[in-house]
Amino acid sequence: MLTLIWVAAAVALIPLALVFAWILGAGLPAVSWDFFTQIPAPLGQSGGGMANALIGTLTLVGLASCVGVPLGILCGVFLSEYAESKLARITRFTLDLLTSVPSIVIGLFIYALLVVPMRGFSAWAGAAALAIIMLPIIGKTTEEVLKLVPDNIREAGLALGISRWRVIMSIVLKGSSGAVATGVILAVARAAGESAPLLFTAFSNQFWPSGLGQPTPSLPVQIYVYAISPYAEWHQLAWAGALVLVSVVFVLNLSTRILMSRSGVVRAR
Amino acid sequence: MASSTHDVRRSDRAFKRGLQVAAWAILALFGALFWFLFMSAKPAFDAFGWQFYVTKVWNPVLDQYGALAFMWGTLVSSLLALVIAVPVSVGAALYLTELAPRPLRAPVGFLIEMLAAIPSVVYGIWGIFVLAPFLRKWVQPFLSEHLGFIPLFEGAPFGLGMMTAGIILAIMITPTITAITREVFRSIPDLLREGALALGATRWEMLRIAVLKTGAAGILGATVLGLGRAMGETMAVAMVIGNRADISLSLLKPGATMASVIANEYAEAGSDMHLAALTAVGLGLFFVSLIVNSAARAIIWRVERTGS
Amino acid sequence: MLNLRNFLTLPLVVTLAAISAEAGANTLINGAGATFPQPIYSKWFAEYASVNKAASINYQAIGSGGGIRQLIQGTVDFGATDEPMSAEEAGKVKTPVLHVPTVLGAVAVSYNVPGVKSLNLTGEMVAEIFMGTIKKWNDPKIVAANKDAKLPDLAIVPTYRSDGSGTTAVFTDYLVKASKGFEIKVGKGKAVMWPAGIGAKGNAGVAGVIAQNPGAVGYVELVFAATNNLAVASIQNKSGEFVAPSTASVSAAATGRVPEMLKNDFKVSITDPTTKGAYPISSFTWLLIPNEMSKVKGSAMIAFVDWALGATGQKMAADLNYAPLPKELATEVVARVKKLQLK
Repeated sequence: MLTLIWVAAAVALIPLALVFAWILGAGLPAVSWDFFTQIPAPLGQSGGGMANALIGTLTLVGLASCVGVPLGILCGVFLSEYAESKLARITRFTLDLLTSVPSIVIGLFIYALLVVPMRGFSAWAGAAALAIIMLPIIGKTTEEVLKLVPDNIREAGLALGISRWRVIMSIVLKGSSGAVATGVILAVARAAGESAPLLFTAFSNQFWPSGLGQPTPSLPVQIYVYAISPYAEWHQLAWAGALVLVSVVFVLNLSTRILMSRSGVVRAR
Repeated sequence: MASSTHDVRRSDRAFKRGLQVAAWAILALFGALFWFLFMSAKPAFDAFGWQFYVTKVWNPVLDQYGALAFMWGTLVSSLLALVIAVPVSVGAALYLTELAPRPLRAPVGFLIEMLAAIPSVVYGIWGIFVLAPFLRKWVQPFLSEHLGFIPLFEGAPFGLGMMTAGIILAIMITPTITAITREVFRSIPDLLREGALALGATRWEMLRIAVLKTGAAGILGATVLGLGRAMGETMAVAMVIGNRADISLSLLKPGATMASVIANEYAEAGSDMHLAALTAVGLGLFFVSLIVNSAARAIIWRVERTGS
Repeated sequence: MLNLRNFLTLPLVVTLAAISAEAGANTLINGAGATFPQPIYSKWFAEYASVNKAASINYQAIGSGGGIRQLIQGTVDFGATDEPMSAEEAGKVKTPVLHVPTVLGAVAVSYNVPGVKSLNLTGEMVAEIFMGTIKKWNDPKIVAANKDAKLPDLAIVPTYRSDGSGTTAVFTDYLVKASKGFEIKVGKGKAVMWPAGIGAKGNAGVAGVIAQNPGAVGYVELVFAATNNLAVASIQNKSGEFVAPSTASVSAAATGRVPEMLKNDFKVSITDPTTKGAYPISSFTWLLIPNEMSKVKGSAMIAFVDWALGATGQKMAADLNYAPLPKELATEVVARVKKLQLK
């Protein structure tokens, strides 16, 4: 039986390793200093990079997280700590439904909600779409890990006279912060890699981003444009972009973990 | 908490109120989304009625639309993805929390979380240029020749089709399910594991009783997230599924999913009826999701009842 | 102090810094539309930004239909399309819209038949292949047109575009003219219900399927076929010649049509032409510029069109395998664009 677990792990990891190796092999040659500092060059000209798209992605994901992370965590806390209330049951079901909405449909929704009334594409609209994508992931993960905290911990806190909200926030949530962080990282990773919802909300921009109320470039959209083009040089830039995107998420993940361990979060396994 | 007794402190009541606001925000968001989809799809409902969801024909030239083929495609590809991904991901999570050598655990965990960021268009291109040819050359001819009498495997091997879509989806949702399941397993107190071992369980029995059973609800949560991604995935599926609005039992044949047809046709949709029909397909995804989620919840409820 | 809270606010600080550095630099003009001309437009706009530093023109390919819808909603300043706007669509835009042809493109029929280096096909044959009525490569009809080739007994796998596109629109526009049967059974449009074969997404998808399946045949943009050295068929035009797609044969399809273009506000389909040496499945691609624009944006667009349809711009297009406009047409178009009303 234990061998099956080994086999399962291998089957999970091997295709992922293959995809990553493919991106690495195809993209690494095109990653250069120019990539991180230049906007795209005209076709046929060497140099040029995806610096504007990188900044755009950081902006969009950053803005989306400002709303998506707190709202998602609060929602998860509610679903776990007040689980049997009618509101919680309906919300849990709704959150499940929200996870399967295609990202392009979310983009179209935000388009009708924000882009048309504002008469233009903007980073705000793009961030709104990404926030909606992030919410269910953060909410559900938070709920699941909080539910696994044994009740005796809560009871101990209450017995000491600590108010309920402090028990929840400072003991239960804080103790599971590592696991909640995983949910946040997964949501950030997902948001950073989505192109379909951004096309109708943040649009894109081959120049430097000129403001939060203006079309904003992003790595996934740029990767998509290059990947489906006829030109080999653009294909290479697409893979380089994918490599950079994955690396940025990796760095974000690593830094978050390091900073968390510095502030005293200890993980057993 | 076992039961939510009335909060005495004002700060606790205010906190609960705050959380409720967050929950209502989610409901309002969902309501707005549903309303938007419904209003945009209304022309299609007025023209075709509810038969829209049981008609197979999809003809943009004649403005005749029906979502049945896409609903079938979504169900088959997502189910195939789950059947592959869930055992594999749970196994990988078990490996990473229980069996792997300690120094290996964090790095491999990082890698998996990082791979959740690979854009779907990259998976799509990898599918076209690496996975599909591989399946077409090595796997599908074998299946077609030796197992072709089973309806599941009949037909000529093209590389693109339902099987490739299911496999690509499985690869895409594995990082999410693995990472969350891993967190769930890590959150299970060691006391339960030690208790099982103290009672004389073998390693596997300990894992089954203390880890898998306790984490079952968490695994379901991770699965729901993975399923959601699989059903809503647009780009990668659109690139490898062969895009025929057809219903077939064979995994080797091309098909189409609800998300893929929206991604393929929305930008260039000609008539207003075409747009409305595509939005109606999006609405149909809610119904499919509703059914699948309810079924999943019913299963876990039954397991929890008989188990504990 | 390096702690979690400061780390989390870092992205916001970085981006606000980056944005404020660039804010107010110059006017941003946004356009959306067809995917087919995206490479040449992106090259033109990038090069033009160094010619005219006052305006940056940002174009994104979200599809012809998408571009037209954005124009109607007023979220972009100009659009681009591979198919002229219908009267219904034109009626929804607040001001009249000028169709400005920029370059020519073509749809190439690419195939993968082992041992066959060149292939001649008539329009009727292409239609029957894609309807599924001609099923094998050694069908007598194909053999009759290709006496020198050794056509194998191999099943034909038609490959079509699964995503709605101008390429499909031009291809089916030609096929309905070439075959009555196709017009009845399938019809024309950006997305149609193909009776046979598999659908792949984008040019890359179709090319990928063709490359991996012996016996496959599909249609791709000429730019894509030329840049990736795909094997393409020569199609018989109305004069009876079998013409291979190339920038020359595509431009030939537009010669002699200038009077017609002027009469119809530049909106003319050039598939199935009678000119000698013309490739039958060619088409224009247009920029959609509203007749009334603000002074700043309008003058930038006029200057741009003048530059793009001039010698430099058109040469850049030819270098990227886009067929340039006939010179007389280019002059007429620029003259018309200069009459845009600027407020």
